[in-house]
Amino acid sequence: MSLVKNEEPLLKVDDLKVHFTLTKGFMQKPVGSVKAVDGVSFELRHGETFGLVGESGCGKSTTALAVLRMQPLTGGLIKFEGNDITQLEPHQMRPLRRRMQMVYQDPFSSLNPRMRIRDIIGEPLLVHGLATDRRSFRARIDELMDMVGLLPDMSDRYPHEFSGGQRQRIGIARALALEPSLIICDEPVSALDVSIQAQVLNLLMDLQRELGLTYLFIAHDLSVVRHISDRIGVMYLGRIVEIAGRDELFASPKHPYTQALLSSIPLPDPALEATRPQQLIVGEVPSPKTPPSGCHFHPRCPKVMSVCSVHSPNLARNQAGSLPNHSDESQVACHLYDASFGREG
Amino acid sequence: MSSDTLLDIEHLSVSFRTDRGKVRAVSDLSLSLKRGETLAIVGESGSGKSVTALSILRLLGDNGVIDHGRVVFEGRNLLSLSTDEIRRIRGDRIAMIFQEPMSSLNPVLTIGKQVAEPICLHRDKNWDEAFEIAVELLTKVAIPDAKERLDDYPHHFSGGMRQRVMIAMALACEPRLIIADEPTTALDVTVQAQILALLNELTEQSQTALILITHDLGVVARYADRVAVMYGGRIVETADAKELYANPQHPYTVGLMASIPGIEGDAGARLITIDGQPPDLADLPSGCAFATRCQHAHDACRTSIPALDPVEQNPSHRSACFGYPL
Ligand SMILES: Nc1ncnc2c1ncn2[C@@H]1O[C@H](COP(=O)(O)OP(=O)(O)OP(=O)(O)O)[C@@H](O)[C@H]1O
Ligand SMILES: Nc1ncnc2c1ncn2[C@@H]1O[C@H](COP(=O)(O)OP(=O)(O)O)[C@@H](O)[C@H]1O
Ligand code: SF4
Ligand code: SF4
Ligand SMILES: [Mg+2]
Ligand SMILES: [Mg+2]
Repeated sequence: MSLVKNEEPLLKVDDLKVHFTLTKGFMQKPVGSVKAVDGVSFELRHGETFGLVGESGCGKSTTALAVLRMQPLTGGLIKFEGNDITQLEPHQMRPLRRRMQMVYQDPFSSLNPRMRIRDIIGEPLLVHGLATDRRSFRARIDELMDMVGLLPDMSDRYPHEFSGGQRQRIGIARALALEPSLIICDEPVSALDVSIQAQVLNLLMDLQRELGLTYLFIAHDLSVVRHISDRIGVMYLGRIVEIAGRDELFASPKHPYTQALLSSIPLPDPALEATRPQQLIVGEVPSPKTPPSGCHFHPRCPKVMSVCSVHSPNLARNQAGSLPNHSDESQVACHLYDASFGREG
Repeated sequence: MSSDTLLDIEHLSVSFRTDRGKVRAVSDLSLSLKRGETLAIVGESGSGKSVTALSILRLLGDNGVIDHGRVVFEGRNLLSLSTDEIRRIRGDRIAMIFQEPMSSLNPVLTIGKQVAEPICLHRDKNWDEAFEIAVELLTKVAIPDAKERLDDYPHHFSGGMRQRVMIAMALACEPRLIIADEPTTALDVTVQAQILALLNELTEQSQTALILITHDLGVVARYADRVAVMYGGRIVETADAKELYANPQHPYTVGLMASIPGIEGDAGARLITIDGQPPDLADLPSGCAFATRCQHAHDACRTSIPALDPVEQNPSHRSACFGYPL
């Protein structure tokens, strides 16, 4: 992995905001807003996998769509391969689209049922005018199918003739067609059975190694995210609450929400489970229409302090190693660490 | 059948009439459950977990047929009861919790009515008494201000709260068995943990037996006493939970255990996978259903079906495999 720190990141997202206006009635009268993404910042380095985790509705998919500029932004900056893409017009985005592709969660609805596999995989080549002659077009499709472990003789079949895992391979082949540098995977294995999940995870990791791909990997299953990611960002209600290297995050989670999330996952080991303390948190994720004041997690936080409902903590970097067992890279948004970060409570 | 046996399923086979002909969904399945025990049924989608659960309560629907077998619960074969008799058992002695609470709650009835109804029906209480018990139950499953929420409708509740209501309804008549089919799959991780902990605590307190259907091997490890692993409509391995994780025998179980990325251990290493795909039940191979994916398959595996035999003379650990050199 080429994680040279001072190198320009492949993708830089700064204070990204996506707010949806809620309207009512025929006149579309605005009645409020959902701050689906509310000040998200992170970066992806060349060749790494950055995992984005969080519970349903916290804004993971919206973040992904915004990065691809498939979702209007309310604010913030997105830099991809060194260019500010925040203000680009659709025709200016077109050549960049080739460099950033998406793999979706649902292998059943994301493929057009009336198209043959060959045409599904080849469509991006046609759209971008890269299919020069028939023979090389076919050869490229065969090559892509082979890369994802599908037999090229299957190319005349339709999606319904494939299993969930195979359809996910088709989606991956299609994403690879334009030789992107970044692939955003939104819950790529969530709909698959355990034994098939493992096949697709292995494939994604092999392809990354062979092609030097960078992944933004979205999932709610922490063990899957741990397996594939180099660094992980944890989201809660539109904000990132913690970013850390995989091992640091799992060995010593800093944010109370991250801690709760980790202790909520049962481990596949009955002997360990019998002794593991469970710190369950109370309540459910509040509606993003009416997020709590201050730190969004404060109504559920076991360590809540008076400052928490008043001031929203920002995502501070662990400079000069003030968080034990964490590198300088780690970031956490929680007032518990105000002193370590040298800021006032 | 020993005296502390609550449920005994013997040689159950279930089919569905489909436009592709008759499809066998569950074959020759036997299992038994003691009073107060938690049994987890695991397996890939389509392996027959839900059909097994639905057969116990005879909820298979019009095209489902029980071809063979007995389901003996508290000494009575549920499969030979009249429709009225089985209806009296449902919701009373045996309760069921489904994956999607929204589809099993009635959207046009208040929460209070729905929780109180089985109490009226099975426990001979009037509505006032039943509402009082409903408040107690809802409080028990941690619905805040339960009394004020009796007149709410299901859509006023979040997913987690609806699943709590389902648990309250399941507990209403103090059943001896609760069948929970993927009860938390649709919920967030932190809420999932709350719901399962609650279900576990309440069944333990009241010594209610639980059949927990799940595909999450972590959930199994945390809550199950015993485990049955299903593949292609059959139980391929069953054992006490600790024994199964420590000493899995069937090649499918071994593969399943190896293919889950844990949150401990070596991240980023290649996962061991089971090649190929789950079988098509309409077109099962003639021998062991796992033979097409099994790296140990030999000639016998392709012609006859292995019986669920004890492992090393341990009657509580059984595996359906002709064996292979380790
Ligand atoms: N077009 C829209 N209009 C209004 N609200 C929206 C819209 N799209 C998303 N939202 C809201 O924004 C929030 C974030 O949604 P998003 O789909 O990004 O969540 P997510 O983290 O991907 O969740 P999941 O894990 O369920 O996929 C949610 O509250 C969602 O209801
Ligand atoms: N009502 C039905 N009609 C036809 N086939 C069904 C029906 N219900 C279930 N099946 C089939 O029975 C098999 C087992 O299903 P099920 O028990 O639901 O699996 P799971 O283990 O995922 O719960 C599947 O092949 C399924 O398609
Ligand atoms: S800022 Fe306060 S409420 Fe938020 S996570 Fe930290 S301690 Fe808890
Ligand atoms: S019976 Fe044969 S094919 Fe089936 S699991 Fe055992 S070794 Fe494999
Ligand atoms: Mg999403
Ligand atoms: Mg099912």
